[in-house]
This record gives sequence, structure tokens and C-alpha cells, in this order.
Amino acid sequence: MPGLRWFAPQADRRREGGDAVFHVRGVTKVYRVGDVEVHALRGVNLELFPGEFVVLLGPSGSGKSTLLNILGGLDVPTSGEVLYLDHDLRAASEAELTRYRREHVGFVFQFYNLIPSLTALENTALVTEIAEHPMNAEESLRLVGLEERLHHFPSQLSGGEQQRVAIARAIAKRPEVLLCDEPTGALDYPTGKIVLEVLERVNRQIGATTVVITHNAAIAGMADRVVHISSGAIAEIHRNTRRATPSELSW
Amino acid sequence: MTALETKLFRDLWHLRGQLLAVALVVACGIATYVTMRGAYESVASAQTEFYRRYRFADVFAHLTRAPDNLAAAIAQIPGVSSVETRIVVDVTLDVPGLPEPAIGRLISIPDKPSPMLNDLCIRRGRYIEPGSREDVLVSEAFTTANHLPVGQTIGAVIHGRWEPLRIAGVALSPEYVYEIRGAEVFPDNRRFGVFWMSRAALGPAFNMDGAFNDVALALAPDASEAEVIARLDSLLEPYGGLGAYGRDDQISNRFLSDEIAQDRITGILIPSIFLGVAAFLIHVVLSRLIITQRGHIGLMKAFGYGNASIAIHYLQFALAAVLLGTLLGAPLGVWLGRGLARIYEDFFRFPELRFVSDVPIFLSAILISALSACLGALLALRSVIALPPAEAMRPEAPARFRPGLAERLGLQRFFSLSTRMILRSMERRPWKAVLSTFALGLAGAVLVVGFYFYDAIRYVIQVEFEAASREDVAVTLNEPHGSEAWYDLSTLPGVWRNEPFRAVAVRLRREYRSHRAAILGLESNARLRRLVDVNLHAVPLPPEGIVLSKNLATTLGVSPGDTVMVEVLEGERPVQQVVVQGIIDDLIGSSAYMDIRALNRLLQEGRSISGAFLSADPAEESRLYAVLKRTPAVAGVGVRTATLASFQSTIARSLRISVGALVAFACVIAFGIVYNGGRIALSERGHELASLRVLGFTQGEIGLMLLGEQAILAEASIPLGFLLGYGICAALTRAMQSELYRMPLVISRQTYLYAFLIVTAASVISGLLIYRRLCRLDLVSVLKARE
Repeated sequence: MPGLRWFAPQADRRREGGDAVFHVRGVTKVYRVGDVEVHALRGVNLELFPGEFVVLLGPSGSGKSTLLNILGGLDVPTSGEVLYLDHDLRAASEAELTRYRREHVGFVFQFYNLIPSLTALENTALVTEIAEHPMNAEESLRLVGLEERLHHFPSQLSGGEQQRVAIARAIAKRPEVLLCDEPTGALDYPTGKIVLEVLERVNRQIGATTVVITHNAAIAGMADRVVHISSGAIAEIHRNTRRATPSELSW
Repeated sequence: MTALETKLFRDLWHLRGQLLAVALVVACGIATYVTMRGAYESVASAQTEFYRRYRFADVFAHLTRAPDNLAAAIAQIPGVSSVETRIVVDVTLDVPGLPEPAIGRLISIPDKPSPMLNDLCIRRGRYIEPGSREDVLVSEAFTTANHLPVGQTIGAVIHGRWEPLRIAGVALSPEYVYEIRGAEVFPDNRRFGVFWMSRAALGPAFNMDGAFNDVALALAPDASEAEVIARLDSLLEPYGGLGAYGRDDQISNRFLSDEIAQDRITGILIPSIFLGVAAFLIHVVLSRLIITQRGHIGLMKAFGYGNASIAIHYLQFALAAVLLGTLLGAPLGVWLGRGLARIYEDFFRFPELRFVSDVPIFLSAILISALSACLGALLALRSVIALPPAEAMRPEAPARFRPGLAERLGLQRFFSLSTRMILRSMERRPWKAVLSTFALGLAGAVLVVGFYFYDAIRYVIQVEFEAASREDVAVTLNEPHGSEAWYDLSTLPGVWRNEPFRAVAVRLRREYRSHRAAILGLESNARLRRLVDVNLHAVPLPPEGIVLSKNLATTLGVSPGDTVMVEVLEGERPVQQVVVQGIIDDLIGSSAYMDIRALNRLLQEGRSISGAFLSADPAEESRLYAVLKRTPAVAGVGVRTATLASFQSTIARSLRISVGALVAFACVIAFGIVYNGGRIALSERGHELASLRVLGFTQGEIGLMLLGEQAILAEASIPLGFLLGYGICAALTRAMQSELYRMPLVISRQTYLYAFLIVTAASVISGLLIYRRLCRLDLVSVLKARE
């Protein structure tokens, strides 16, 4: 459907300094759970810039996942404004949000969410087949260091390898935005570090705006900016003067 | 309520959609069982009761004429407990409101009601006045079909004289439960009726004073039927005996007993299809439930619940489906059964046909379905019982996949990723895929069988009423006449073409085998009545020798070129060897055909005819009928189109109900399989599909991935269903094949098309219901949870 590509590809991916990719203003989110109203977000303001690496830090239940889901077009805010470039994610229809996710967003989850019946290569190809300007599926797996495991099924891969497949799958479409929800949450220490290294490398090489959720404060060291969230609001935004490499981190 | 019971009810509520789908299949099983078993028991008990109370005879024989005192000799035959001699003649009737002439079978009865063999059950009106020449009791089938009230007068040609007959009462006889003329297969109750009238009146009219031409015997419990028949035959031979026969060859009893035997088979076959499918569905649903509740099971075990109580807990799911299925199916079965009983009343006349729906039937229905459900459940439970609690509480390892057949053959590049997902998921559990396809195939097969009945009937009509019989009117004379009768028939109003026939009762013998039959002599160039085989090919009639029905040839064990001994049972009773010139693979009856001239020679007579087939000018139809109704020499007139129309309307009514029920039931199977398959796939793959939605796949794309498997199974099931359907039809035609007729194994393209369309529609509808659920998939919460 020509003309439906309503998000222009980001040609100029500079690190920070340019126009913000995301404008989040006064965003609230209220869930109704039975008779109880849960205020997951209570007025969040935030801007995210091209190519930057942002860590969202906060305890569980603080609202960081809700914010990430809203940025990724999986959820819509109750009130406030969310703009991706000049497009209003709050007013977008279900179909438009699907299209937005398909063309611009890469997701990485705590539990990988790979398709068990597809091999690593096929899981990645799943995305490259529907994207507009994807990289080669094998190339993206090479980026995460899995060129030797292309034809393995998820059940034949370790947790860390599965997560790297998930990253390869997320980046294969050359997304403008890479959203990671607790990517190391289910992994042991050394494996977690490898995954972080991959994320760091990918961020540098494809220049996607990367948002990583974690409750592990040690990871914050590798970010450009660290956003502290608590009780549904931004408590503090902290800018690192220098991005630490994952190998320098420890927890 | 215990905690486990609370859990049971909550889970049942949660699974209500799938439970309902299973319960509907169980309901079909129970309904068909209650209907068919009930029909079987109803008809069987009505038959037994009718025969017993009204003393249905054991042996029957027809003859030309014997003096009454022969009865005493017959009674002397060892094993005979009572003898009833009668006068039985067919006459032409003029029925008010019926343009065509009808045939009445007059049977003599005593002047006063007295216990006799083949006694009458008087439904309305009264018994005949002693000695009355007018009073008759008339069979209920005939009075109902012609809307004749008690007191109505009907005209009859009785031995050349026009006589009015007054309906004194309406009666039923165990001899005519299925009221049909000997040579026919389909009842035509408007044009054939049985009349009982005073022997004192009938005797003189047919020159039977002090004589009889028909006899019925009751046998003592330990008598040998074959022996009695042999002795009776030798006693009757000098009096033109046509050969005695037992109940097995009594036409009404034959049809009725065949029907009961068939009910018994279908009453087992059809419910087992449904209950088998139900067991499979319960297995599938419970297996999935147990997988999702692995953790709960581990926990229960950890808390000290024993294997037995856990097993019982899950068995209760199966029993809940049976309970619901019984609540739905039992009343449905009774309702359908009552409908079926009304259909039976169209064909079979009993004093009372009450649909039997008693406690034992319900109990056995429930028991059988509970057993099949428990079987399905236990197979699912096996793995749980074996599981140690600690392992059960751990989440199940991720589904293992391996390269599928396509990869091993190097074909993967031809398949899209979503196709590969579907193929691998089927390959991972091949038995489930095979059984689903098989069960769906059964739905298609049930449809093919249902519509096949229409095909078979249509084909029978094509063969019998269009290709073989093409006359407008078949005239049967009261006795053989010379060729002058043939010329007389040609001069009847509007007659275009007139082809004579000669019919004669014979006994055919080949070594130790023998069979009573009728030889029909036709002109070899006859156009109005032809020999047509099952493939609609006309079989030429050779100038010499005899052509036999395949059925008859098999009974006698003869092939073309062999000779059979023909013992004529009329006139001089000549006996002669005749060469079998051909065997005709036909649908109806056990017939024998000869060229009319060859038959005349065999009978050692000149040109002689028993009747003729006529084609006539439709404009002259009513004049023709009017003359025929009053022609003394005419014993019977058959009107082809009228017989056909009456046959079609009776059959159509009965097929509508049974085919309607089969279609509905097949839809339930198809729906149950596809809906449950889809729901389970959604539960198994919800996580995966949500991930795909997150990756940017649209609702429609993941819908295809989810339902693709069901679609492939449904498509694969269709040829299988056709094959199974064909097989079941073939088995049914074999099982239903009798000496009297057989069903042709022809299945039209339309039948396959309907089966295809209905299975597809039922699958699509269940697919849409699943798709609706898919649209409500909550992406965020699915992704948060680990499987």
C-alpha cells in the first residue's frame, strides 16, 4: 500500500543533539483491575533522541514497563501526548500501531519470546520478510555472534543464545527504536554481560535509539542517560559523562 | 463444597466453550443411540406383539383350487398345529377420487369373528354382517391413503361382474404390516389395498364354493418348517400348488425383518462414530488442560492428594461433558425417535407402534458414552499420574522441534515461514493431526452417507421407472388368455403400443438348490419393458433360454451356459431343462426372463398372454382407465407415473428427516473438532502469536498462522471423508442387500460437493469464532508471563 508508510525513515541518525525522536508529555496510564484503579503512570514527560542509549531504572511496579509498552505501540496512554517524530501514537488506530511496530520498532523481552517451531535463522527471517529495508537475516545473527548456530531451534540453544537471537530478530529490520524489557533478567551473570555487550555494539553500529528497562542499577553505567522511575513518575534523569563498556560493569 | 470441587466448577466455567463443543458431540452420540436403538426396539417389539396376539401364521401356500376337505389332510401333517384355508383373489377396483384403477386383494374371512390365523385388528367400524355380499373390512393403509371413510362404497369387478363393496370397518393384519403386492418393492397404498370379505359371498363369486385357493399354517413349537413345507407341497401339487413358503419368504415379514436387522446395525454404527469422536475430543481437551495445570497438579501432589483423587478430579471433566451431552441428547433422541416412529407408520402398519424410550436405553446410552469419555480422559491422564510432584511443579521444558520432513527432503525453500511453523507443529504431534483429520473425515463421511440415500433412490428410479419400465399402464389379466385378448387390448381407447407378457410361477432347481420365482416372458424386441442392468445397459433377451437376475443366479449357483430345471407350478406343470443364456446384474428382485414365444413353448401352450404393457395417448387417459376399471378379464392395472409419484413422496418425507439429522450431526462433529483444535492451538501458541503481533504482524497474518493448521487438517480430511463415506456406503449396500432388492452404489458429484461445502462451512464458522478470541489477545500480559 503505497503512501501508507506514514513514518518517514530516519535518514540522519546522529547521537543526541538533533530533534527528539519521542516526545512524551504529561502521559498518564490508569488500569482498571476489577474494582481497583491502578495508576501506572502519573504524568510523565520525556524526550528521547536519535541513537541514544537510555536505561530506565526503577523497582518493579514503578511503571517502567508501561512506559516502554506505550513507546513501542503496544499500549496507549490514558491521557497526555506521545509523539514519534511528528506522529501521534495516542491517536493511532490498532492497524497503524501494528504498522508502526512492523516498520520502526525492535523489541527484546526478558523471556525471549522466540517461536519454538522456527530455527534461529527463521526466527530472524520472520522479521526481515515483512520489513521494508531489512538487513540479511544471517548478517544480523552474525552481529550478535551466532553465525555458528543459524539452524538451531530455540530448544537447542542456551538462554543467552536465545536472547541474542531475540536481539538479532529485533535489529534485523534496522529499527529506529530498540526497546528492551529486562533483557538480562532471566540470565546468569556472564551470559547477561555477553547480551549487554551485544546491545551496546548494536546500538553503535545501527544507531537505533535504544531503551533498556532494568532494576539492576549496575547496568545504568553503560547508558548515555539514566531515567529513574518510581511510582509512575520520573524521579530523576541522570546523564553519564562516559558510557562504560559492559565489561567494566559488575553486579 | 471441597476446594477441589470449587476448582472443578471454575475450570469447567473457564472451559465452557470447548466443553460445550464436546458435549454437543456426545449429545449426537446419545441422541442417535436413543433414536436408533429405540426405533429398533420399538419396531421389534411391535412386530413380536402383533404376530403373537394376532397369530401370524408360520407357513403359507397358494394354489389353484382345492376342496375344503383337504384341510383335514393338511392338519394331519406332523408339526402343524392349526390350518386356515382361504380364498384370495386380486380384483380391479374403482376408488372414489382415484382416476386410475386400483387393485384390491380380496381375502375370505368367516362370517362371525372367530380366532383365526392372521387375525384382524379392527381399528374402526365393525365386523362384516354374516353372509353380506357388500360388507368388507379394508386395510388401514389403503383407506388412509385414499381418505376413505367407514361406510364408503367402492366398485369392484368380481369375477366379471361389477359389484359395490361397502367399507364396514378398517382393519390391520400381521400378514400385511408392509402392504405390498408380491411383485413390487415399493408400497403404493393408494393403488393396492387388502379387503376381507365373507367367505360365503366370495366362494360362489369365484367358483370356490366348498373350496379354497390359499392356506396358512401355524406350526407346533418343535416342528420342522422344511419338512412341513415339503409335505404340504406334495399334498397341494395336484391342486395347482404354487409352492409353500415360511415366514422368511413372506413378503411383508421379509421387509419388516430386514428393516429391523438394518436398524440394529445402524443403531450400533452411527452412535459409535459420534462417541469415538467425543472420546478423541475429550482426550485432546483434557491433555491440554493437564499441560496448563501441570503446576497445580504438582502442588496438589505436594500437598498430599493421591493419584486417585487427582485422576477422579480430571475424570469429572469428562463426566461433565457426558452429563451435559445426556441432558441435551436424550430429549433430542426421544424427539427424533418419535419422528422416526411416525415415518415407520407410513411404511409399516401396527396396531400400536409406541416409540420405546425406556430407562434401560437411557442407562446404556449414558454408560456407553461415559465409558468412551473416560477412555479418552484416562489416556490423557496417564502422563500426569507418572509425574513426580517436584518435576510437575517445574514448568514444562520448551516444546522441542526438529527439522521436519520438508527440511529432510530439502524442500524448505518452497515453504513460507508460517507454512513451516504449521507443518512442524503437525509433525511434532502426528497422531493428533492424523486423528483430527480422521474425525473430520468422519463428519464428511456421515454427510456423504446422508446424501447418498438420495443418490441411490434417484438411481433406482432412473433404472426401474425410466430405463426398464417405460409403459404407461401395465394390465394384468385374471388368467392367461389367447392372442385375441392381445388384439382386444390394442383396441382400448388411446392405446399406441401394446406389448404382451406372460408371467408364470415356477420353481427353479439346480442340483440340490431350488428357488421359487416367476418367469416373465417378453417379446425380444419389447420397448416398453426392457431388461436393464445396474449400469443402465439394456440387456437383449435371447430367443431361447433364460436370463436370470444375478441374485437368483447366485442363489442357484449357476453361470451362463449352465442349465436349470424349470418346474412350472401352473396348468400341466411341465418340467424342463432350460439353458441360462445370460445373467443380469439388476437392482430389484430375483427375476427370470424368457422370450415370450420360448416361454409359451415351455408351457406347452399356444400363443398365450398374462397381460400387456401399454403406452397410451395422455388425452385418452381417463377413458382408458374407465374402461379398464370395468373390464372383467382385467385383474390388475399398474400406472407407472402414479406409482412413481407415490413412491417419491413417501421416500422424500422419510429421507428429509433422517438426512436432516445426519447433516446437523456432521456439522456438530466438524464444529467440535475445528473449534477445539483451534482453541487448543490458541492456548498452546497464544504466547508465540502475541510475540508475532509485537513484531508487527497483523491480526490477519497471525490468524492465518493459527488457523492454517486447522485449515490444512480440514482440507486433508475432505478426500479422506469421501473415501470413508464411499466405504461406509459400500458396506451399507452390502449389509442392506437382500433377495428382494439392493441399493446401487452410486454417489453423485453433487453429494461430494455438498459434503465438501458443509464441512468447509462448519470449519469456517468455528475458525471465525477462534479468530474473534484471537483479536482479544492481550499482548502485554501474555508477554509478561513465561508460558
